[in-house]
Amino acid sequence: MRNPLSSRRYVVIGIFVVVGFIYLLRLAYLQIFDDTYAELANRNALRYVTQYPSRGLIYDRNGKLLVYNEAVYDLMVIPRQVKNIDTLEFCNLLKITKEDFIKKMEKARAYSTYSPSIFEKQISKEDFAPIQEKIYQYDGFYAQSRTLRYYPEAVACHVLGYIGEVNEEMIAKNPYYKKGDYIGMSGLEKSYEEILRGRKGSKITLVDVHNREKGSFKDGIYDTAAISGKNLYSTIDIELQKYAEALMKNKRGCIVAIEPSTGEVLCFVSAPYYDPNLLVGRVRGKNYKALAEDISKPLFNRVLMAEYPPGSIFKIAQALIALDMGVILPNSGFVCDKSLVGCHGHPSATNVRDAIKMSCNPYFYRVFQRVVQQTNPKTGKIDSKYGLMLWNEAAKRMGFGTRLDIDLPNVRKGYIPDTTFYNKWYPSGWNFHTIYSNSIGQGEVGVNPLQMANFAALVANRGWYITPHLVRSYGDEKQKEKFVKYSQKNYSFIASSYWDLAVEGMWGVVHEAGGTARRAMIDDIAVCGKTGTAENIGEDHSVFISFAPKTNPKIAVAVYIENARGGGGTWAAPIASLVIEKYIKGEVERKEMEQMYMETNPCQPLPLVRKVKPKKKR
Amino acid sequence: MDRRNKNIVKNLDWGVIIIYLVLVLFGWLNIYAAVYDGEHSSMFDFSCRYGKQIIWIGASLLIALFVIILDPKFFTQGSFFIYVAFLAMLVVVLVIGAETKGAKSWLGIGDFGIQPSEFAKAATALALARLLSSIDADFKQLKTKIAAITIIAIPMLLVLLQNDTGSALVFCSFIFVLFREGLSSSVLIFGFVCIVLFILALLINKYILIGILLVVCIALWLIIKRISHRTKIWLFLACFLVSSAFVFVVDIVFENVLEPHQKDRIEVLLGKKEDLKGVGYNVNQSKIAIGSGGFVGKGFLNGTQTKFNFVPEQDTDFIFCTIGEEWGFLGSSLTILLYLILCIRLVKMAERQRSKFARIYGYSVASIIFFHFFVNIGMTIGLLPVIGIPLPFLSYGGSSLWAFTLLLFIFIRQDASRLELI
Repeated sequence: MRNPLSSRRYVVIGIFVVVGFIYLLRLAYLQIFDDTYAELANRNALRYVTQYPSRGLIYDRNGKLLVYNEAVYDLMVIPRQVKNIDTLEFCNLLKITKEDFIKKMEKARAYSTYSPSIFEKQISKEDFAPIQEKIYQYDGFYAQSRTLRYYPEAVACHVLGYIGEVNEEMIAKNPYYKKGDYIGMSGLEKSYEEILRGRKGSKITLVDVHNREKGSFKDGIYDTAAISGKNLYSTIDIELQKYAEALMKNKRGCIVAIEPSTGEVLCFVSAPYYDPNLLVGRVRGKNYKALAEDISKPLFNRVLMAEYPPGSIFKIAQALIALDMGVILPNSGFVCDKSLVGCHGHPSATNVRDAIKMSCNPYFYRVFQRVVQQTNPKTGKIDSKYGLMLWNEAAKRMGFGTRLDIDLPNVRKGYIPDTTFYNKWYPSGWNFHTIYSNSIGQGEVGVNPLQMANFAALVANRGWYITPHLVRSYGDEKQKEKFVKYSQKNYSFIASSYWDLAVEGMWGVVHEAGGTARRAMIDDIAVCGKTGTAENIGEDHSVFISFAPKTNPKIAVAVYIENARGGGGTWAAPIASLVIEKYIKGEVERKEMEQMYMETNPCQPLPLVRKVKPKKKR
Repeated sequence: MDRRNKNIVKNLDWGVIIIYLVLVLFGWLNIYAAVYDGEHSSMFDFSCRYGKQIIWIGASLLIALFVIILDPKFFTQGSFFIYVAFLAMLVVVLVIGAETKGAKSWLGIGDFGIQPSEFAKAATALALARLLSSIDADFKQLKTKIAAITIIAIPMLLVLLQNDTGSALVFCSFIFVLFREGLSSSVLIFGFVCIVLFILALLINKYILIGILLVVCIALWLIIKRISHRTKIWLFLACFLVSSAFVFVVDIVFENVLEPHQKDRIEVLLGKKEDLKGVGYNVNQSKIAIGSGGFVGKGFLNGTQTKFNFVPEQDTDFIFCTIGEEWGFLGSSLTILLYLILCIRLVKMAERQRSKFARIYGYSVASIIFFHFFVNIGMTIGLLPVIGIPLPFLSYGGSSLWAFTLLLFIFIRQDASRLELI
């Protein structure tokens, strides 16, 4: 006698089963098919703390420290986790205004509410101490220690360069970098970025709902340790660099010194220069702006990026090319005919050596004429093209008009004109008379001071050079690694007897009567050099290239003083000789001369006005 | 007496008891995991919730034993007395009760507090069983219907007055019992339609919905007309008019009757509002916890969502999150299956009772447990609005565990002596 209602149990059970089935489906969806939740849970509980490696240090050639690191703190914020904080107290702690706080929070939120962004960057160790004590009270805030670069000697800014925060473009190009990371922006910091930076590590910590750290995730099996950057051992001699910078104080121009036998750059000055410490930390933005707006362009690396007319120093190259081509002989003589090109008062040169010594303009007019016109001076245009082409190739083998592969970014090639250039420039045709200014290093020739110094080293080595470079090795003290490309000799393929001739001429420039750089003479060091006085829109530039001693040269120096109101012999030559003396003797004995050149500023003030004076070259 | 006791032990439904024990122990493990933060080492630290839960579990086992030893007549005969006593306690709570989380439902006794509303469910089940099993009761009569509904409605109203909406809603579960005892199935259908209409009215524009209703009624009429020739068009017209009126009333009820937090919860559920930091926080974090568990879970004590307190109430109402996160789909689906088996088993046990009292009481037990399961898990997986009621046997809490133990074991005891009675 079953109650008919008892079959209603199946309805009840049916409802139970349907609900259970729906729940199982829902669970399957949540837990198996939809995998966004695992990610969301990780975002809640995992905090990826980047472990920043310390950046490699930079030493000079004698092991003195040029760049080191100092700890600062970035205050990070995860906007989503910020709640219930006492804004006023927090602002007082950080010494910021409430408006700043709101602005910074908005900025962080705009970036991401889940990911950390920098709230306040580069807080110094001293300022950070009181913040550290209270930071735990503020949900969503934490500190991350970073390192900044400091420069104990405040020199060589253009060599060392600076680091800065990566921008969007860099992040897009290289996924290694994340917002807020630092990267070498210029100088060695940029060219050796990958060696210096090391490798970032990452530590995953667990945090609870109140953002308190709760230990490492899975005992740290996913953590990676940061690998410190490797040190750089630079070729710069910090004492020489300091000395050269002192000489260039208040001047505009460059001093570049190279050890000829190795291609190692001993000093590298582009003036005006600045204290590299100015571009570090929170003051950077302000200082950078001031430097960028400075009319004398202190940020501009003149050594690599200027394209100066070389002036008369180029005559050595002209003589060598002509001798090698066989269009002149070592004892070829040309009359100093001022109708061709202006010159200063001196007897006519009867051989190449004397022509170099006296820097005779008409002589080199004739030399370049023979180079360009080759065998037949009458035929004009066709031969000019052939001659110019040969000349261009020879000049490039000497490091002109070609990019010297120094280990710094943004190196300009300079310019050695070729036939294509003149064909374009003079569509109706050209010949030697159109381009003769190049004979004395004016006209279209453009050379940067690094190429000048490299050329001095080339002459010092009598025919070869090693690409100038600023870093000898990297790694740690025990295990230094070298770069292969800076041990190969580049030959210019000109007979060595001609080089000796050039060296003799350069020795005469300094040591003989009628030489243009007698002021560069040092009693017990045989200095060889060549002056130049380069015309341009303002006062002439004063130029000097030199090396010393004459045999087994230890140093090759190029000095370029912009708008110096005097020739190469007046300013650049004595300054170069001071650098040579400082390097070879360690101490300069000619104190009066040293003082005079350090204190006097011959440079025409900026902005330049076009000079009005008769054409005249030395 | 000895023989009788032996029979009782033999006749106890050990399947249900084992499910009960499994759930209780599994609950304790998950409470431990939810509270665990790597710092407390002792599992028996009685100042912690998992330590206290051990005491509650111990006491529950004593209660179960006591109920089994006790003469079952105590509950059948004394049911009205028990019912009235708990009604009185509900009233007392209203007067002198302690308020927690907006609900005034706690009665403090020394350091401990109990929640009479948890026990009121069992008391109501007893009273309802007693009423409907009395010889002169006939559910076909209006008088009996009114009496039954009154018995359910009084404690429900008192709990509602305590501001404990969740526990009050549990009394709706008696609809299954009444259905079994002869309540017209159209009431169930009517209730279901009401819920569907309520949701639709909140989601869809009123006038569009009424248009849809019109189409549905006409379609139903056309279909049924083909099958049966006795259909009357006015019935469908009335259906349409009533449901249309209901749609209009929904808005008024929603705006004026519900509390703001209740409205928020419903709107979050229906996706009309997304506020992951505010009202939507619990459910969102709960779904993250469960969803992140994956198929096999993160492992015992390895749930980050629950261990690091991202889910609020993770050891009480949201205990299922811990299960979902640490035990994954395997653990959570097993839990659901256990509840289903338990409820179905209870229904089957109820049907095998000779006494009407035991059957009605058994249905009540199954319905109450199912309702808690339905609402609680539905809430944690984001299918139902947030309604704060515990998951039977699993959630932390003395009152809830004791009340469910009492509820269940009274029936187990009745069942064990089903052959002796009559």
